[in-house]
Amino acid sequence: MSDAYIVGVDMIKFGRFPEKTVPEIGSQAALLALDDCGLSVQDMEALYCGNLGQSSGMVGQRILQQIGQTGIPVVNCSNACATGATAFREAWTAVKAGLYDLVLAVGVEQMGRGLLGGAGGATGIPKEGLLGSGTMPAVFAEAGMEHSRKYGTTFEQFAKVSVKNHHHSTMNPKAMYQIETPLETVMNAEMISYPNTKLMCSVNVDGAAAAVIATESKARELGLMNRAVKVRASVLTSDPWQERDLVMPDVNTCTRKAAAAAYEMAGVGPEDINLVELHDCFATAEILHYENLGLCGDGEAGRLIDEGEVALGGRVPVNVSGGLLSKGHPLGATGIANIYEVSTHLRGEAGKRQVENARFGLTHVIGLGSACGIHILEKVA
Amino acid sequence: MSDKPLPAVDFLKIPDDGEPYLEGHKCQACGAIFLGVRNVCSKCGTRDQIEPMKLANKGSLYAYSIVHRSFPGIEVPYISAIVDLDDGASVKGNLINVDPDPDKIEFGMPIEVVYGDALGRKDRDGNSYLSYFFQPR
Repeated sequence: MSDAYIVGVDMIKFGRFPEKTVPEIGSQAALLALDDCGLSVQDMEALYCGNLGQSSGMVGQRILQQIGQTGIPVVNCSNACATGATAFREAWTAVKAGLYDLVLAVGVEQMGRGLLGGAGGATGIPKEGLLGSGTMPAVFAEAGMEHSRKYGTTFEQFAKVSVKNHHHSTMNPKAMYQIETPLETVMNAEMISYPNTKLMCSVNVDGAAAAVIATESKARELGLMNRAVKVRASVLTSDPWQERDLVMPDVNTCTRKAAAAAYEMAGVGPEDINLVELHDCFATAEILHYENLGLCGDGEAGRLIDEGEVALGGRVPVNVSGGLLSKGHPLGATGIANIYEVSTHLRGEAGKRQVENARFGLTHVIGLGSACGIHILEKVA
Repeated sequence: MSDKPLPAVDFLKIPDDGEPYLEGHKCQACGAIFLGVRNVCSKCGTRDQIEPMKLANKGSLYAYSIVHRSFPGIEVPYISAIVDLDDGASVKGNLINVDPDPDKIEFGMPIEVVYGDALGRKDRDGNSYLSYFFQPR
């Protein structure tokens, strides 16, 4: 079984593009990824496309209608916020299976503004605000408060995540925002769902990212190994049964299960990882995942953020792209955008935010419902 | 239109003679408790051994969030709470009769389930609904 390599990868600058269509945004990213490795759509043997908002809309085919209808197989997939990672993983799976030598994965999303979450059923009466809240800021606030309950994690510690990620994004020209948000600004921002203020919620943006995956022999044949990134692990999990499942989505167990499998597949441990792009859909969530991914022991996440170990320059920088909190979170694109970020560091091309001497990087996404996707990537050249 | 309030959720039962209560469904093989009817246990996979049960009216606060921004038309702030009932079931709902202030809310605080009108919400046929709420005890 051949190893699989990322040979081309890129994303568009995240923003709001109401004048464009989903396939147009996806096409932009696809062309950027092809240009990154000097290949054309005629070289691609299959397309894996992730999109949530138009999941029945054949987005992958509509992308090819814009950039080249070559008749290749197209798989459209949706898996909540793990959609992009799932599309990438399906592409990787096909290459690993020996079906193809060169495949394209695209993740794309166009978002509205405002709160995401369940607004209640079609019959009866609305349940929001009657039986608690199904809004995403509240659901992830409750998950954070579970951590507070166990370990005494404070509002200030959660807020520091947002300070860090916004700071990182000032060095990322492809992030939605490049603004510093000091601690008092984050903590005094409009409270959405305690303890998540508005600046502790990810930004709804439009975006797309794409990657070209190749077998080792094809990458060598095309002379693309000098910037190639090796996919050391690709793992997808769903949520195993948990006692509070019906009322409190569990983002921890599926992440822990995926992390254990990914470290085993890659043959490395959390101590070998030089940077992480994890699913900071809300500041509360990032704290949980330090422990879920094994970056520290259980109960140590608060200390990790306090001591700057997860900031650029620290032991294991997390979300140097600015994360979902500041780079933005176009649901279906996020899983490939974070693969772009880690790959860029492993290639030594991340400019001011470069994590020095990065050899291994990890990407993580959670789709509520639930799906967890983890990839471990390694520098080649 | 019904002359009596309807239950806000299927697992809230309103007997003709007696007090309203929350109904769970318990797997007789592994003990997992579910809200709502099902035939197969998603914990252990056992089929056709799930029996209805009356859930406890007492429990304790597991986790919460104080919601200050919700969908348009929803009154804020309110406390969205996860409560562990004494029989092992977990239920989500509004925690009432406590200030929406983190200093006033304690993890593990004793809770009771109370029943009342669903905040004046009616369906498009004009029916009233009965809901459940959590309050400190």
